[in-house]
Amino acid sequence: MEIGLTHYLVVSALLFSLGVFGIVTRKNSILVLMGLELILNSANLNFIAFSKFKGLNIEGHIATLFVIVLAAAEVAVALAIILNIYQNYHHIDVDEINKLKE
Amino acid sequence: MLFDFVFYMFAVIVIVSAMGVVFSKKMMYSAFSLLFTFFGMAGLYVLLSADFVAVTQIMVYVGGILVLIVFGVMLTSKITGVDIKTGTIGKIQLTIGAITSVIVAIILLFTYLNVEWMTSQFQIEVSTTTHFIGFGLFTEYLLPFFVAAILLLVAFIGAAKIARRK
Repeated sequence: MEIGLTHYLVVSALLFSLGVFGIVTRKNSILVLMGLELILNSANLNFIAFSKFKGLNIEGHIATLFVIVLAAAEVAVALAIILNIYQNYHHIDVDEINKLKE
Repeated sequence: MLFDFVFYMFAVIVIVSAMGVVFSKKMMYSAFSLLFTFFGMAGLYVLLSADFVAVTQIMVYVGGILVLIVFGVMLTSKITGVDIKTGTIGKIQLTIGAITSVIVAIILLFTYLNVEWMTSQFQIEVSTTTHFIGFGLFTEYLLPFFVAAILLLVAFIGAAKIARRK
């Protein structure tokens, strides 16, 4: 069976559901961030796959580049917030954090 | 034939290392599994003839985001070797989470496998996509490009401000 659009979509669907599983079942907020990265990557794979199978439409590539840029910004801000939370709480378990400042 | 083999190899790398990220009990193992996921994704991009995006993936994700995440792991735990626990929730929540993600997977797979996607048969033969991406970024997508640049600047200044010790 020739590798088609569906193969890539199946990989992306599995990656997305693994990311969702990581986000909803982990306490550590850095693990939640990693799940988020998996979800963003699966969305990127969809963009690139559709772009390729629509005759190398370049707009999918540009959308993917913007997603990568936003992921970098998001990780930087999220890790800064996590470091602050660690200074206040001395742990980073998402289900025990209920205040942003003292 | 070789193409199929390479595709399946990268797909297995991506899925298995993503499972390593979410199922591993130790933080550092998750972080390093994420490395393999990103490399596998770059390989899939190359197979989809997205050379520029593949290189960007390696440079930004592996060179930037992963290093940031490893720094986050190091700075937010008392270092006692690699066995920093990831911490999972109770049995009931774990079951509910697993059911949720399986339902998401089933819905997505059902959609992807049953919809007749509109694909075009003829492919444009290009040697590199960089030229077209640059052309697109500086004509049609000029405003989003500058907005993304300013957003990056603001986000990194904000991150440096927030993370600084008082």
